[in-house]
Amino acid sequence: MNTNGTIIRMSDIRKVYDTGKVKVEALKGIDLEIHKGEMVAIVGPSGSGKSTLMNLVGCLDTPTSGEYELGGQAVSGVSRDTLAEIRNRRVGFVFQNFNLLPHISAQENVEMPLLFGGVRPAERRERAKAMLERVGLGDRVDHKPTELSGGQMQRVAIARALAMNPDIVLAVEPTGNLDSTAGSDIMSIFTDLWKQGSTMVIITHDPALARRASRVVEIRDGRITADHPSEA
Amino acid sequence: MITLKDVFKQLIRDVRNEKLRTFLTVFGIVWGTVAISLMLAFGTGLHRQIIKSTAGLGDRIVIVWPGLTSIPFEGLGKGRRIRITEDDIVSVRSDVAGLKAISSEYSTNMKVDYGTKTMSVDVSGVSPEFGSMRNLIPQSGGRFINPIDMDKQRRVAFLGEKLTRDIFGESQAVGKTVLINQSPFLVIGTLVKKDQDSSYSGPDAGKMWIPSTTYRALTGEKYVNNFVFQADAATNTKRIIERTRAAFGKRLRFDAKDKEALSMWDTTEQFVFLDIFMLAFNSFLGIIGVLTLVVGGIGVSNIMNVVVEERTREIGIKMALGAKQRWILTQFLLETLLVTFLGGVIGFGISIAVCAVFPKLGFTEYVGDPVVSPLVSVLTAVALGIVGLIAGYFPARDAARLDPVVAMKL
Ligand SMILES: Nc1ncnc2c1ncn2[C@@H]1O[C@H](COP(=O)(O)OP(=O)(O)O)[C@@H](O)[C@H]1O
Ligand SMILES: [Mg+2]
Repeated sequence: MNTNGTIIRMSDIRKVYDTGKVKVEALKGIDLEIHKGEMVAIVGPSGSGKSTLMNLVGCLDTPTSGEYELGGQAVSGVSRDTLAEIRNRRVGFVFQNFNLLPHISAQENVEMPLLFGGVRPAERRERAKAMLERVGLGDRVDHKPTELSGGQMQRVAIARALAMNPDIVLAVEPTGNLDSTAGSDIMSIFTDLWKQGSTMVIITHDPALARRASRVVEIRDGRITADHPSEA
Repeated sequence: MITLKDVFKQLIRDVRNEKLRTFLTVFGIVWGTVAISLMLAFGTGLHRQIIKSTAGLGDRIVIVWPGLTSIPFEGLGKGRRIRITEDDIVSVRSDVAGLKAISSEYSTNMKVDYGTKTMSVDVSGVSPEFGSMRNLIPQSGGRFINPIDMDKQRRVAFLGEKLTRDIFGESQAVGKTVLINQSPFLVIGTLVKKDQDSSYSGPDAGKMWIPSTTYRALTGEKYVNNFVFQADAATNTKRIIERTRAAFGKRLRFDAKDKEALSMWDTTEQFVFLDIFMLAFNSFLGIIGVLTLVVGGIGVSNIMNVVVEERTREIGIKMALGAKQRWILTQFLLETLLVTFLGGVIGFGISIAVCAVFPKLGFTEYVGDPVVSPLVSVLTAVALGIVGLIAGYFPARDAARLDPVVAMKL
């Protein structure tokens, strides 16, 4: 399934958190390539730097040093607005705590990235609805997040992540706040997406989820310590 | 493209979702607008009412009585009586630049008969200008003495409103004929009811005026009792007083500095005092207004601050999804503008309503009727809006400058 185009290319990425007195080096030189169509699980103990890596991959944060290309586009040193555009076009996020906007409907939540991406209203509505149907929420478009279960909220988040047809779907502990049934639902959706050709990066503690990946990258103390195809 | 409609849809939704917060912000602006608008409205109303009752005597006029000289002049001793004739008035009128109007006033007590009624009335002989200077406004259907009455020495009379009632009761006065010292006079007008808080020979309500030419023919009087003049601008009054005194001094041979030869009552002094009083009063209102604005502004800006804090996570999520800083800021700015506009309109409406109801409460006579200035309301709302905008803008900008991860965690 590998190597028909590099989506992510990181070389010697470092991230230092400077909290005034203490400097924490969270990433100590990461070299990582992810190719189109891969489903990569990033695993590692707590505090190893998974979230930090995820934030950098998703252009939510910038590295202290190192080179990063996303979809062939250099990310280092670009303006905030360009970063916003890159996030909008190339990355779909799925967070552990969903991060939906609470006051608006599922449909409107999914429309959000389309709105920022400058998609016209009619097309926005259509695409958002199609995405919600794709994750099995065609009958919940007008529900607000508070009116949905955890699993349903995460499916809205997945629909939102897919709305702009990104280069990569980036998920952080996507099953972390879900019970096992809802969790395995979400895993199935991920597997389906992968089979349909999406490139996925999933940061997780969950061995069950990691097993579904095509490749597992292990991080320990800010370094990649193992990188191998999934056992499954 | 992100359309204006998108922006507004977001806006309306946010405003709807945060009812309490929106209510508080709008309330702050409404309160500030109402407080300041009404305060200044009552100030203006009071000012007008004071002018109205002060101007009952006349509109910034000077009243002059000839007296005795108090300074020897060119060999003439002091204590000499100064007498002024109509010719003197005519001559001074053309000599003194800046004199807008001048009228002699002859007056005495006369016997007035109508039907079976006989009464003793203060009758004055005056010229047409006297009417406008002294605010002798005719009720509809009547008029004051005009130049033709003067030329033809017509026997016509203008009556104070109380005198009119005493003579005619409720029936029509204009067109009736009364006898003044046994001569028939046609009533041509009656005075409107007016507020008058000062006078120099009894209130106008009880008086009667006839053309000064007629008066002189009737009585053979050669010398004026007093005269009244008005400068072309209230601020010139002092100068015109000096010039007028000098002109008479030259003509009637007394010292231009002799204040007793012609004693003058400058009613504009009252207005000067009034102007100072109103300035102080308005400054007081202004200070209170500024304080209100400051307090209101602090309130509004606090709310805006809380708004931004509350919504930092939301801002973070939106930025993660690709919102640019400009979008976030535009939304905050528009929201503030909308809230300000709403608050301003409501505040203005309430102020107008209060001003509409106030006259029915019966305090008009004492404090006048408040008059709302739309400009003040708009400026107040705008000022509060700007405070809110600044208060909302900077925190929003700071939030939009955070890395999305940081903002999302907050
Ligand atoms: N914002 C931050 N400021 C300072 N230190 C941080 C910050 N975020 C993470 N760290 C530190 O960086 C290291 C890696 O954290 P993180 O990436 O969250 O690990 P993981 O997600 O694998 O638990 C930890 O030692 C953590 O304490
Ligand atoms: Mg973490």
